[in-house]
Amino acid sequence: MTSDGGDLAIRARGLTRVFGALVAVDHVDLSVPRGMVYGFLGPNGSGKSTTLRMLCGLLTPTSGEVEVLGLRIPEQAEVLKKRIGYMTQKFSLYEDLTVLENLQFLAAIHDLPRAIAKTRIGEAIERYHFGNRQKQLAGTLSGGQKQRLSLAGSVLHEPELLLLDEPTSAVDPESRRDFWARLFELADTGTTLLVSTHYMDEAERCHRLAILQNGRLVADDTPAALCAALPGRVWRVRTTATRAAEAALRRHPQVLGVAQIGTDLRVLAQPMLDEATLRSFLSNSDAAQIETIAPNLEDVFVAATRGDEARAA
Amino acid sequence: MSPTRLLAIIVKELRQLRRDRLTFGMILGIPTLQLLLFGFAINLDIRHIDTAVVDQANTARSRELLAELAATGVVTLRAHAQTPEQLQDLMREGRISIGVVVPADFDHRLETHDRPALQVMVDGSDQTVQAAARQLAAMPMPGARANYQGVEAVNFYNPERRAAVNTVPGLIGVILTMTLVMFTGMALVRERERGNLEMLIATPVSPWELTIGKVLPFVGIGLVQVTVVLLLGKLVFAVPIRGLLIEVYAAALLFILANLSLGILISTLAKSQFQAMQLAFFTFLPQILLSGFMFPYAGMPVAAQWIAEVLPMTHFIRLIRGIMLRGAGLSDLPNDLLALAFIAAVLLTASTRRIRKRLD
Repeated sequence: MTSDGGDLAIRARGLTRVFGALVAVDHVDLSVPRGMVYGFLGPNGSGKSTTLRMLCGLLTPTSGEVEVLGLRIPEQAEVLKKRIGYMTQKFSLYEDLTVLENLQFLAAIHDLPRAIAKTRIGEAIERYHFGNRQKQLAGTLSGGQKQRLSLAGSVLHEPELLLLDEPTSAVDPESRRDFWARLFELADTGTTLLVSTHYMDEAERCHRLAILQNGRLVADDTPAALCAALPGRVWRVRTTATRAAEAALRRHPQVLGVAQIGTDLRVLAQPMLDEATLRSFLSNSDAAQIETIAPNLEDVFVAATRGDEARAA
Repeated sequence: MSPTRLLAIIVKELRQLRRDRLTFGMILGIPTLQLLLFGFAINLDIRHIDTAVVDQANTARSRELLAELAATGVVTLRAHAQTPEQLQDLMREGRISIGVVVPADFDHRLETHDRPALQVMVDGSDQTVQAAARQLAAMPMPGARANYQGVEAVNFYNPERRAAVNTVPGLIGVILTMTLVMFTGMALVRERERGNLEMLIATPVSPWELTIGKVLPFVGIGLVQVTVVLLLGKLVFAVPIRGLLIEVYAAALLFILANLSLGILISTLAKSQFQAMQLAFFTFLPQILLSGFMFPYAGMPVAAQWIAEVLPMTHFIRLIRGIMLRGAGLSDLPNDLLALAFIAAVLLTASTRRIRKRLD
């Protein structure tokens, strides 16, 4: 164990993975403190899954240094596998085994002694509400139930670090809320969680957030700090010709994003843009009401990803 | 290797198999159906059958006859033995398929025409040899009358010339190849296709545990299939088991191992279950055509014989016919036993070297 490995669950420096001509993950630096719910936000294909797979030793990095729970990856990946849980994006338990059989299988795969396995499986069935579904085939469970079962299965061996790859992408909002309540329960017991998602409301719940765009890390802070870093850049525009105004605003390079919220327009602008300039972009400018509003994570996300494109261009 | 993990995989496989009714049915259905379908004979004329001779007369006429015999091209003289008993030993060991005995009073018999002058011993455990022997039996004797039946053919091991007796032992090889290579070929690919493998490789389970755990249940299934064929063969077709039953199972076990290794190798090469199935058929076809099950080994061109020698089924069919029909022991057939063991070892090594516990 290295000197700074003690309070960090994950430490990655210059993590890179190349598939042929595609740079899937491009020099990502990451520090995940222990006991934290750490979010991984990014659009599809931004490199979230590839990064997670490298962190748990499933993929070999093309270059870069990775240390997870004080172990060097990929060299010590087999030792690491006893201490982490990994929940795949797609349901990866056996659909033709029952709930109970899947849990028994996972307990045995992690070499849990029989008595401990029995207690933990009993607890998991209780905690994740499978009491009356123990004998049901996993393939016949609903999307939310499948995710609950996957989670129950991946924490049977009480891992120190749990990596979850878009765990709620195929789940209804009610089940998502319930699922996140479970994640925070786990965090309370000291488990470190790294969760990838493309839902803003989920990202907002994380203690800390990393935003990935085209394989690069474009932001990394607490959700509050990320929002606070965008003062005076988000505007609410109320006008009569909403659609025309939206089209007009989109044409200007200083406007990073426009979204219609009800009858209003929510505008994310470059830092130097003032109200008068913004007003001048609109054709019926006198009728429009313009005011600054508090940024949310969606704005952070757009600012981070668009800003990145602007820099690249 | 952890016994808990290994057991976990075996139990999981058996549970999944129990729920897959169709596959479960095929394990018993395939041997039954094939046995009943292949109960028909495939008769073909062949040439260059390995033959040994005992020439107890050793006269000018007997030597002339043997030269003519060789000239027909039906047989190839491999050895000269001293006694008919030696011929029987050679035949049981599978070195020859036909034995020719020239009695000491050969010339006298030709003069008097009271008894057949020549005795031909035929290995009845190979149906194609029987057909060739009928050609020999019609061969005219030097200087004899046209209607003199000069050759007495004695059919060893299958005197009634029943096709089932020849087909059933070979069928064990066909059924094991067909089901086991396919099942194991698909087994690992299925885990990958359904996404289970990504979950599994993030756990401490080792490639060896995964492979052996998945394959061991199929060893049991293979032995069950052998039993089904042996039982049906005995009950429906009265096929004898002249050798030791334990040696039948020992040969089958070695052959099962070779097939499972081939299946694993296929599953490491294939990207989808469909590909695995195609690859399994690709290995299955030459085995069924060249192993001597369907067409006689002796009738094949040399190149085809070389290919046949590297196929596990060729050696297994020789072993199983030897044990079941000729009452041979494994020690009588060391070449095929060693060849089969060697092929199994090569396949096992090749397949385990290809199993990796990474996604890339």
